[in-house]
Amino acid sequence: MPEHPFLKQLGDFIKVRHRLERVIDLALRPIEIMVKKPIFGCHMCGQCVLHSTGMICPMNCPKNIRNGPCGGVRADSHCEVYPERLCVWVKAYRQSQRLFWPLEIHDLRPPVDWSIQGSSSWLNYLTGRDQVVSGCTSGHISALQILNNDVE
Amino acid sequence: MDAHQDISLRYKFSTMMSNNITHNPSRLSRVLSEGKFAIAAEISPPQGIDLEAIEHEANLLKDFVDVLNVTDNQAASVRMASIPVCAILAKLGIEPVAQMTCRDRNRLAIQADLLGAAALGIKNLLCLSGDHGRWGDHPQANSVYDIDSNHLLWIANAMTNTGCLDNGREISPRPEFFIGAAANPFAPPFEYRPYRLAKKVAAGAKFVQTQLIYNIKRFREYMTVVRDLGLDEKVYILAGVGPIKSARQASFMSTRLAGMEVHPEIVSRMEKTPRAAQAEEGIKICCELIEQVREIPGIAGLHIMAVRWAESVPEIIKRAGLFPR
Repeated sequence: MPEHPFLKQLGDFIKVRHRLERVIDLALRPIEIMVKKPIFGCHMCGQCVLHSTGMICPMNCPKNIRNGPCGGVRADSHCEVYPERLCVWVKAYRQSQRLFWPLEIHDLRPPVDWSIQGSSSWLNYLTGRDQVVSGCTSGHISALQILNNDVE
Repeated sequence: MDAHQDISLRYKFSTMMSNNITHNPSRLSRVLSEGKFAIAAEISPPQGIDLEAIEHEANLLKDFVDVLNVTDNQAASVRMASIPVCAILAKLGIEPVAQMTCRDRNRLAIQADLLGAAALGIKNLLCLSGDHGRWGDHPQANSVYDIDSNHLLWIANAMTNTGCLDNGREISPRPEFFIGAAANPFAPPFEYRPYRLAKKVAAGAKFVQTQLIYNIKRFREYMTVVRDLGLDEKVYILAGVGPIKSARQASFMSTRLAGMEVHPEIVSRMEKTPRAAQAEEGIKICCELIEQVREIPGIAGLHIMAVRWAESVPEIIKRAGLFPR
Protein backbone atom coordinates (compact mmCIF):
# COMPACT_ATOMS: atom_id res chain seq x y z
CA MET A 1 0.00 0.00 0.00
CA PRO A 2 1.40 3.39 -0.94
CA GLU A 3 1.95 5.91 1.80
CA HIS A 4 1.17 9.02 -0.23
CA PRO A 5 -2.37 10.19 0.70
CA PHE A 6 -3.41 10.83 -2.90
CA LEU A 7 -2.30 7.38 -4.08
CA LYS A 8 -3.95 5.83 -1.06
CA GLN A 9 -7.24 7.52 -1.90
CA LEU A 10 -6.88 6.48 -5.53
CA GLY A 11 -6.26 2.91 -4.46
CA ASP A 12 -9.30 2.89 -2.19
CA PHE A 13 -11.35 4.44 -5.01
CA ILE A 14 -10.39 1.69 -7.46
CA LYS A 15 -10.63 -1.12 -4.91
CA VAL A 16 -14.40 -0.83 -4.42
CA ARG A 17 -15.12 -0.50 -8.15
CA HIS A 18 -14.51 -4.02 -9.40
CA ARG A 19 -15.20 -3.36 -13.08
CA LEU A 20 -12.86 -0.38 -13.12
CA GLU A 21 -10.22 -2.44 -11.31
CA ARG A 22 -10.56 -5.20 -13.89
CA VAL A 23 -10.18 -2.75 -16.80
CA ILE A 24 -7.11 -1.08 -15.32
CA ASP A 25 -5.63 -4.49 -14.53
CA LEU A 26 -6.06 -5.72 -18.10
CA ALA A 27 -4.58 -2.48 -19.44
CA LEU A 28 -1.58 -2.58 -17.13
CA ARG A 29 -0.69 -6.25 -17.53
CA PRO A 30 0.93 -6.05 -20.98
CA ILE A 31 2.84 -2.91 -20.02
CA GLU A 32 4.12 -4.51 -16.85
CA ILE A 33 5.16 -7.67 -18.67
CA MET A 34 6.96 -5.63 -21.33
CA VAL A 35 8.84 -3.59 -18.78
CA LYS A 36 9.62 -6.19 -16.13
CA LYS A 37 10.04 -9.40 -18.11
CA PRO A 38 13.18 -8.37 -20.05
CA ILE A 39 14.78 -6.53 -17.13
CA PHE A 40 13.99 -8.76 -14.14
CA GLY A 41 12.72 -11.99 -15.72
CA CYS A 42 9.37 -11.21 -14.09
CA HIS A 43 6.96 -14.12 -13.55
CA MET A 44 3.91 -11.89 -12.93
CA CYS A 45 3.22 -13.27 -9.47
CA GLY A 46 1.15 -10.14 -8.88
CA GLN A 47 2.83 -9.27 -5.57
CA CYS A 48 6.16 -7.75 -6.40
CA VAL A 49 8.91 -7.95 -3.76
CA LEU A 50 11.78 -6.80 -6.01
CA HIS A 51 12.36 -3.81 -3.73
CA SER A 52 13.31 -5.98 -0.78
CA THR A 53 15.22 -8.63 -2.72
CA GLY A 54 17.88 -6.42 -4.28
CA MET A 55 15.84 -6.01 -7.49
CA ILE A 56 16.31 -9.72 -8.27
CA CYS A 57 13.07 -11.61 -8.87
CA PRO A 58 12.80 -14.50 -6.35
CA MET A 59 10.28 -16.31 -8.55
CA ASN A 60 13.22 -17.33 -10.74
CA CYS A 61 14.33 -19.61 -7.91
CA PRO A 62 13.33 -23.19 -8.84
CA LYS A 63 11.98 -23.63 -5.32
CA ASN A 64 9.94 -20.37 -5.43
CA ILE A 65 11.61 -19.39 -2.20
CA ARG A 66 10.58 -15.94 -0.94
CA ASN A 67 12.97 -16.02 2.03
CA GLY A 68 16.12 -17.49 0.59
CA PRO A 69 18.70 -18.75 -0.02
CA CYS A 70 18.07 -22.44 0.66
CA GLY A 71 20.76 -24.73 2.04
CA GLY A 72 21.57 -26.28 -1.32
CA VAL A 73 23.72 -23.52 -2.76
CA ARG A 74 26.86 -24.99 -4.31
CA ALA A 75 30.36 -23.96 -3.25
CA ASP A 76 30.68 -21.80 -6.39
CA SER A 77 27.40 -20.02 -5.46
CA HIS A 78 25.53 -21.84 -8.20
CA CYS A 79 22.07 -23.33 -7.95
CA GLU A 80 21.56 -26.85 -6.60
CA VAL A 81 18.92 -27.56 -9.25
CA TYR A 82 20.52 -25.88 -12.27
CA PRO A 83 24.29 -26.05 -11.73
CA GLU A 84 24.92 -23.75 -14.71
CA ARG A 85 23.03 -20.84 -13.08
CA LEU A 86 24.13 -18.53 -10.30
CA CYS A 87 21.84 -18.87 -7.29
CA VAL A 88 19.06 -16.29 -7.48
CA TRP A 89 19.30 -15.61 -3.78
CA VAL A 90 23.07 -15.18 -3.76
CA LYS A 91 22.56 -12.54 -6.44
CA ALA A 92 19.69 -11.03 -4.46
CA TYR A 93 21.69 -10.82 -1.25
CA ARG A 94 24.75 -9.29 -2.90
CA GLN A 95 22.68 -6.81 -4.87
CA SER A 96 20.58 -5.84 -1.86
CA GLN A 97 23.69 -4.82 0.04
CA ARG A 98 24.59 -2.37 -2.72
CA LEU A 99 21.25 -0.57 -2.57
CA PHE A 100 20.35 2.26 -0.22
CA TRP A 101 18.04 -0.03 1.76
CA PRO A 102 20.26 -3.03 2.64
CA LEU A 103 18.17 -4.04 5.66
CA GLU A 104 15.07 -4.91 3.66
CA ILE A 105 16.54 -8.29 2.76
CA HIS A 106 15.80 -9.32 6.37
CA ASP A 107 12.05 -8.86 5.87
CA LEU A 108 9.91 -11.93 6.43
CA ARG A 109 8.05 -12.04 3.15
CA PRO A 110 4.66 -13.77 3.35
CA PRO A 111 3.75 -16.77 1.16
CA VAL A 112 2.78 -16.17 -2.45
CA ASP A 113 -0.94 -15.55 -2.94
CA TRP A 114 -1.44 -17.68 -6.05
CA SER A 115 -4.96 -16.34 -6.55
CA ILE A 116 -3.63 -13.03 -7.87
CA GLN A 117 -0.93 -14.57 -10.04
CA GLY A 118 -0.87 -12.98 -13.47
CA SER A 119 -2.47 -9.70 -12.43
CA SER A 120 -0.69 -6.38 -12.39
CA SER A 121 1.40 -5.99 -9.25
CA TRP A 122 1.40 -2.21 -9.72
CA LEU A 123 -2.36 -2.10 -9.40
CA ASN A 124 -2.28 -4.62 -6.55
CA TYR A 125 0.20 -2.37 -4.78
CA LEU A 126 -2.12 0.60 -5.22
CA THR A 127 -5.22 -1.20 -3.99
CA GLY A 128 -3.36 -3.14 -1.30
CA ARG A 129 -4.44 -6.46 -2.74
CA ASP A 130 -0.89 -7.79 -2.48
CA GLN A 131 -1.08 -7.22 1.28
CA VAL A 132 -4.07 -9.50 1.81
CA VAL A 133 -2.33 -12.15 3.85
CA SER A 134 -3.57 -15.21 5.60
CA GLY A 135 -4.95 -15.37 9.11
CA CYS A 136 -1.79 -16.33 10.89
CA THR A 137 0.83 -14.59 8.88
CA SER A 138 1.19 -10.86 8.76
CA GLY A 139 2.75 -8.69 6.07
CA HIS A 140 6.37 -7.80 5.57
CA ILE A 141 8.12 -7.46 8.92
CA SER A 142 11.82 -7.37 9.51
CA ALA A 143 13.08 -10.49 11.24
CA LEU A 144 15.65 -8.41 13.10
CA GLN A 145 12.91 -6.14 14.40
CA ILE A 146 10.93 -9.12 15.66
CA LEU A 147 13.95 -10.48 17.45
CA ASN A 148 14.95 -7.15 18.98
CA ASN A 149 11.49 -6.23 20.20
CA ASP A 150 10.64 -9.76 21.18
CA VAL A 151 7.25 -9.44 19.48
CA GLU A 152 5.60 -12.64 18.49
CA MET B 1 -5.27 -43.82 29.41
CA ASP B 2 -7.91 -44.01 26.72
CA ALA B 3 -7.78 -41.85 23.65
CA HIS B 4 -10.64 -39.59 24.58
CA GLN B 5 -9.21 -38.75 27.95
CA ASP B 6 -5.86 -38.16 26.38
CA ILE B 7 -7.29 -35.63 23.95
CA SER B 8 -9.23 -33.75 26.59
CA LEU B 9 -6.13 -33.61 28.74
CA ARG B 10 -4.13 -32.30 25.87
CA TYR B 11 -6.77 -29.65 25.32
CA LYS B 12 -6.56 -28.50 28.90
CA PHE B 13 -2.85 -28.34 28.57
CA SER B 14 -3.01 -26.32 25.40
CA THR B 15 -5.34 -23.72 26.87
CA MET B 16 -2.91 -23.21 29.70
CA MET B 17 0.00 -23.03 27.41
CA SER B 18 1.66 -19.76 26.66
CA ASN B 19 4.53 -19.41 24.27
CA ASN B 20 6.76 -21.01 26.84
CA ILE B 21 8.93 -23.84 25.65
CA THR B 22 9.01 -25.55 29.01
CA HIS B 23 5.29 -26.28 28.81
CA ASN B 24 5.70 -28.33 25.70
CA PRO B 25 5.44 -31.97 26.68
CA SER B 26 8.02 -33.12 24.16
CA ARG B 27 11.02 -34.89 25.58
CA LEU B 28 13.42 -32.95 23.37
CA SER B 29 12.12 -29.61 24.63
CA ARG B 30 12.35 -30.85 28.21
CA VAL B 31 15.91 -32.07 27.82
CA LEU B 32 16.96 -28.82 26.15
CA SER B 33 15.20 -26.50 28.58
CA GLU B 34 16.79 -28.35 31.48
CA GLY B 35 20.13 -27.44 29.97
CA LYS B 36 21.16 -31.03 29.26
CA PHE B 37 23.16 -31.86 26.17
CA ALA B 38 20.64 -33.31 23.74
CA ILE B 39 21.41 -35.96 21.15
CA ALA B 40 19.37 -36.57 18.04
CA ALA B 41 20.05 -39.16 15.39
CA GLU B 42 18.46 -39.70 12.04
CA ILE B 43 16.90 -42.67 10.29
CA SER B 44 15.46 -42.94 6.82
CA PRO B 45 12.23 -44.84 6.26
CA PRO B 46 12.30 -47.98 4.10
CA GLN B 47 11.87 -47.84 0.34
CA GLY B 48 9.22 -50.51 0.62
CA ILE B 49 6.79 -51.55 3.31
CA ASP B 50 9.20 -53.66 5.31
CA LEU B 51 9.39 -52.34 8.87
CA GLU B 52 12.01 -54.71 10.21
CA ALA B 53 14.97 -52.51 9.36
CA ILE B 54 13.36 -49.52 11.07
CA GLU B 55 12.60 -51.50 14.20
CA HIS B 56 16.13 -52.84 14.25
CA GLU B 57 17.64 -49.37 13.97
CA ALA B 58 15.23 -47.92 16.51
CA ASN B 59 16.11 -50.61 19.06
CA LEU B 60 19.78 -50.12 18.33
CA LEU B 61 19.64 -46.38 19.01
CA LYS B 62 16.95 -46.34 21.68
CA ASP B 63 19.18 -45.94 24.72
CA PHE B 64 21.70 -43.65 23.10
CA VAL B 65 19.65 -40.77 21.76
CA ASP B 66 16.90 -38.46 23.00
CA VAL B 67 15.07 -38.25 19.71
CA LEU B 68 15.20 -39.77 16.25
CA ASN B 69 14.62 -37.69 13.13
CA VAL B 70 12.66 -39.39 10.40
CA THR B 71 13.36 -38.02 6.95
CA ASP B 72 10.66 -37.00 4.49
CA ASN B 73 11.42 -38.41 1.02
CA GLN B 74 15.08 -37.57 1.44
CA ALA B 75 17.03 -36.68 -1.69
CA ALA B 76 13.64 -36.43 -3.41
CA SER B 77 13.28 -40.20 -3.73
CA VAL B 78 10.19 -42.08 -2.68
CA ARG B 79 10.23 -43.70 0.73
CA MET B 80 7.64 -44.45 3.33
CA ALA B 81 6.19 -41.18 4.62
CA SER B 82 7.73 -39.62 7.68
CA ILE B 83 4.63 -39.31 9.85
CA PRO B 84 3.57 -43.00 9.91
CA VAL B 85 7.14 -44.05 10.65
CA CYS B 86 7.21 -41.50 13.48
CA ALA B 87 4.02 -43.01 14.85
CA ILE B 88 5.63 -46.45 14.76
CA LEU B 89 8.70 -45.14 16.57
CA ALA B 90 6.52 -43.52 19.21
CA LYS B 91 4.88 -46.90 19.76
CA LEU B 92 8.33 -48.46 20.22
CA GLY B 93 8.99 -45.94 22.97
CA ILE B 94 11.36 -43.64 21.14
CA GLU B 95 10.52 -40.00 20.56
CA PRO B 96 10.48 -39.02 16.89
CA VAL B 97 11.10 -35.73 15.11
CA ALA B 98 8.93 -35.61 12.01
CA GLN B 99 10.56 -33.88 9.09
CA MET B 100 8.29 -31.95 6.77
CA THR B 101 9.33 -30.54 3.42
CA CYS B 102 7.62 -28.03 1.15
CA ARG B 103 8.53 -29.93 -1.99
CA ASP B 104 5.68 -32.43 -2.10
CA ARG B 105 2.77 -30.59 -0.51
CA ASN B 106 0.90 -27.36 -0.82
CA ARG B 107 -0.32 -25.55 2.28
CA LEU B 108 -3.51 -27.60 2.44
CA ALA B 109 -1.69 -30.92 2.48
CA ILE B 110 0.92 -29.62 4.89
CA GLN B 111 -1.65 -28.49 7.41
CA ALA B 112 -3.67 -31.66 6.99
CA ASP B 113 -0.55 -33.76 7.64
CA LEU B 114 0.38 -31.63 10.63
CA LEU B 115 -3.04 -32.20 12.17
CA GLY B 116 -2.66 -35.91 11.59
CA ALA B 117 0.81 -35.89 13.10
CA ALA B 118 -0.43 -34.10 16.21
CA ALA B 119 -3.27 -36.59 16.61
CA LEU B 120 -0.77 -39.45 16.39
CA GLY B 121 1.16 -37.95 19.26
CA ILE B 122 4.09 -36.54 17.33
CA LYS B 123 5.47 -33.57 19.20
CA ASN B 124 8.59 -32.53 17.35
CA LEU B 125 8.61 -31.10 13.88
CA LEU B 126 11.48 -30.12 11.64
CA CYS B 127 10.54 -27.71 8.85
CA LEU B 128 12.55 -27.87 5.64
CA SER B 129 12.39 -26.63 2.06
CA GLY B 130 13.42 -30.03 0.76
CA ASP B 131 15.76 -31.13 -2.01
CA HIS B 132 14.45 -30.30 -5.44
CA GLY B 133 12.85 -33.16 -7.38
CA ARG B 134 15.10 -32.73 -10.38
CA TRP B 135 17.85 -34.88 -8.87
CA GLY B 136 15.50 -37.36 -7.23
CA ASP B 137 14.14 -40.67 -8.44
CA HIS B 138 11.10 -39.03 -10.07
CA PRO B 139 12.59 -36.17 -12.07
CA GLN B 140 9.39 -35.91 -14.09
CA ALA B 141 7.39 -34.91 -11.03
CA ASN B 142 6.26 -31.37 -10.38
CA SER B 143 7.96 -29.94 -7.32
CA VAL B 144 5.27 -28.02 -5.47
CA TYR B 145 7.01 -25.33 -3.39
CA ASP B 146 3.78 -23.53 -2.63
CA ILE B 147 5.42 -22.05 0.48
CA ASP B 148 9.00 -21.96 1.70
CA SER B 149 10.52 -23.28 4.91
CA ASN B 150 10.03 -19.94 6.71
CA HIS B 151 6.33 -20.01 5.91
CA LEU B 152 6.12 -23.60 7.09
CA LEU B 153 7.66 -22.57 10.41
CA TRP B 154 5.23 -19.69 10.53
CA ILE B 155 2.21 -21.90 9.90
CA ALA B 156 3.27 -24.59 12.39
CA ASN B 157 4.04 -21.94 14.99
CA ALA B 158 0.67 -20.26 14.48
CA MET B 159 -1.07 -23.62 14.83
CA THR B 160 0.73 -24.26 18.09
CA ASN B 161 0.49 -20.82 19.63
CA THR B 162 -2.79 -19.38 18.41
CA GLY B 163 -4.53 -22.53 17.29
CA CYS B 164 -5.45 -21.22 13.88
CA LEU B 165 -4.93 -22.46 10.36
CA ASP B 166 -3.30 -20.34 7.69
CA ASN B 167 -6.69 -19.05 6.57
CA GLY B 168 -7.44 -17.84 10.09
CA ARG B 169 -9.91 -20.60 10.97
CA GLU B 170 -9.54 -21.72 14.54
CA ILE B 171 -8.97 -25.33 15.47
CA SER B 172 -9.53 -26.75 18.88
CA PRO B 173 -7.83 -28.47 20.51
CA ARG B 174 -4.76 -27.12 18.87
CA PRO B 175 -1.71 -29.20 18.04
CA GLU B 176 1.41 -28.70 20.09
CA PHE B 177 4.64 -28.91 18.23
CA PHE B 178 8.16 -28.26 19.31
CA ILE B 179 9.24 -26.65 16.09
CA GLY B 180 12.66 -26.87 14.56
CA ALA B 181 14.42 -25.61 11.49
CA ALA B 182 17.52 -26.51 9.55
CA ALA B 183 20.52 -24.23 9.14
CA ASN B 184 23.38 -24.56 6.72
CA PRO B 185 26.43 -22.47 7.62
CA PHE B 186 28.44 -24.07 4.82
CA ALA B 187 26.79 -22.68 1.72
CA PRO B 188 27.29 -19.24 0.20
CA PRO B 189 26.59 -16.42 0.94
CA PHE B 190 28.35 -17.20 4.22
CA GLU B 191 27.95 -13.71 5.70
CA TYR B 192 24.17 -13.91 5.29
CA ARG B 193 23.69 -17.37 6.81
CA PRO B 194 23.38 -16.23 10.47
CA TYR B 195 20.74 -13.71 9.38
CA ARG B 196 18.81 -16.41 7.63
CA LEU B 197 18.83 -18.31 10.91
CA ALA B 198 17.55 -15.11 12.54
CA LYS B 199 14.68 -15.14 10.09
CA LYS B 200 13.81 -18.69 10.98
CA VAL B 201 13.92 -17.89 14.68
CA ALA B 202 11.67 -14.90 14.07
CA ALA B 203 9.31 -17.20 12.18
CA GLY B 204 9.04 -19.48 15.19
CA ALA B 205 11.89 -22.01 15.22
CA LYS B 206 12.62 -23.24 18.75
CA PHE B 207 15.46 -25.57 17.87
CA VAL B 208 17.83 -25.78 14.95
CA GLN B 209 19.66 -28.71 13.43
CA THR B 210 22.65 -27.76 11.34
CA GLN B 211 24.12 -29.26 8.21
CA LEU B 212 26.93 -31.80 8.70
CA ILE B 213 29.99 -30.03 10.06
CA TYR B 214 33.26 -30.93 8.37
CA ASN B 215 34.78 -27.46 8.53
CA ILE B 216 35.03 -26.49 12.16
CA LYS B 217 36.67 -23.13 11.44
CA ARG B 218 33.76 -21.97 9.32
CA PHE B 219 31.31 -23.19 11.96
CA ARG B 220 33.13 -21.27 14.70
CA GLU B 221 32.92 -18.08 12.63
CA TYR B 222 29.23 -18.71 12.01
CA MET B 223 28.55 -19.28 15.69
CA THR B 224 30.35 -16.06 16.62
CA VAL B 225 27.92 -14.04 14.50
CA VAL B 226 24.99 -16.13 15.78
CA ARG B 227 25.99 -15.27 19.35
CA ASP B 228 26.44 -11.60 18.46
CA LEU B 229 22.87 -11.60 17.18
CA GLY B 230 21.78 -13.18 20.46
CA LEU B 231 20.27 -16.15 18.67
CA ASP B 232 21.85 -18.78 20.89
CA GLU B 233 19.60 -17.56 23.71
CA LYS B 234 16.46 -17.75 21.61
CA VAL B 235 16.96 -21.08 19.90
CA TYR B 236 18.60 -24.38 20.81
CA ILE B 237 21.30 -25.22 18.30
CA LEU B 238 22.00 -28.89 17.63
CA ALA B 239 25.23 -29.26 15.71
CA GLY B 240 25.12 -31.73 12.84
CA VAL B 241 27.90 -34.31 12.84
CA GLY B 242 28.37 -37.66 11.19
CA PRO B 243 30.97 -40.29 10.36
CA ILE B 244 32.41 -40.70 6.88
CA LYS B 245 32.56 -44.35 5.90
CA SER B 246 35.17 -44.30 3.15
CA ALA B 247 37.56 -42.10 1.23
CA ARG B 248 35.27 -42.34 -1.76
CA GLN B 249 32.38 -40.99 0.27
CA ALA B 250 34.58 -38.15 1.52
CA SER B 251 35.58 -37.06 -1.95
CA PHE B 252 32.00 -37.44 -3.18
CA MET B 253 30.70 -35.25 -0.39
CA SER B 254 33.34 -32.60 -0.91
CA THR B 255 32.95 -32.31 -4.68
CA ARG B 256 29.53 -33.49 -5.79
CA LEU B 257 27.11 -32.81 -2.97
CA ALA B 258 25.50 -29.36 -3.11
CA GLY B 259 25.39 -27.39 0.13
CA MET B 260 28.12 -29.47 1.77
CA GLU B 261 31.64 -28.44 2.63
CA VAL B 262 34.28 -30.98 3.62
CA HIS B 263 37.61 -29.56 4.68
CA PRO B 264 40.39 -30.79 2.33
CA GLU B 265 42.34 -31.97 5.36
CA ILE B 266 39.60 -34.47 6.22
CA VAL B 267 39.48 -35.75 2.64
CA SER B 268 43.24 -36.25 2.50
CA ARG B 269 43.26 -37.89 5.93
CA MET B 270 40.67 -40.39 4.72
CA GLU B 271 42.58 -41.01 1.51
CA LYS B 272 45.84 -41.66 3.33
CA THR B 273 44.22 -44.32 5.49
CA PRO B 274 44.30 -47.89 4.14
CA ARG B 275 40.93 -49.09 2.96
CA ALA B 276 40.26 -51.52 5.77
CA ALA B 277 40.80 -48.87 8.43
CA GLN B 278 38.84 -46.08 6.75
CA ALA B 279 35.60 -46.70 8.63
CA GLU B 280 37.49 -46.58 11.92
CA GLU B 281 39.22 -43.35 10.85
CA GLY B 282 35.83 -41.87 9.94
CA ILE B 283 34.51 -42.54 13.43
CA LYS B 284 37.69 -41.08 14.92
CA ILE B 285 37.31 -37.89 12.87
CA CYS B 286 33.67 -37.65 13.92
CA CYS B 287 34.60 -37.94 17.62
CA GLU B 288 37.26 -35.26 17.24
CA LEU B 289 34.72 -32.97 15.59
CA ILE B 290 32.24 -33.60 18.42
CA GLU B 291 34.90 -32.62 20.94
CA GLN B 292 35.64 -29.41 19.05
CA VAL B 293 31.97 -28.60 18.56
CA ARG B 294 31.22 -29.02 22.26
CA GLU B 295 33.79 -26.36 23.11
CA ILE B 296 31.87 -23.76 21.08
CA PRO B 297 29.57 -21.71 23.32
CA GLY B 298 25.91 -21.78 22.34
CA ILE B 299 25.70 -25.41 21.25
CA ALA B 300 22.83 -27.20 22.99
CA GLY B 301 23.21 -30.63 21.50
CA LEU B 302 24.19 -32.90 18.67
CA HIS B 303 22.41 -34.16 15.63
CA ILE B 304 24.19 -37.29 14.43
CA MET B 305 23.58 -38.14 10.80
CA ALA B 306 25.12 -41.47 9.90
CA VAL B 307 23.96 -42.12 6.37
CA ARG B 308 23.17 -45.84 6.02
CA TRP B 309 25.43 -46.58 8.97
CA ALA B 310 23.30 -46.57 12.11
CA GLU B 311 25.61 -49.10 13.78
CA SER B 312 28.28 -46.43 14.15
CA VAL B 313 26.08 -44.09 16.21
CA PRO B 314 26.25 -45.96 19.58
CA GLU B 315 30.01 -46.32 19.16
CA ILE B 316 30.43 -42.59 18.47
CA ILE B 317 28.28 -41.61 21.45
CA LYS B 318 30.20 -43.94 23.74
CA ARG B 319 33.59 -42.71 22.57
CA ALA B 320 32.53 -39.07 22.85
CA GLY B 321 31.81 -39.74 26.52
CA LEU B 322 28.10 -38.99 26.18
CA PHE B 323 26.95 -42.39 27.38
CA PRO B 324 25.25 -43.32 29.71
CA ARG B 325 22.70 -40.58 29.09
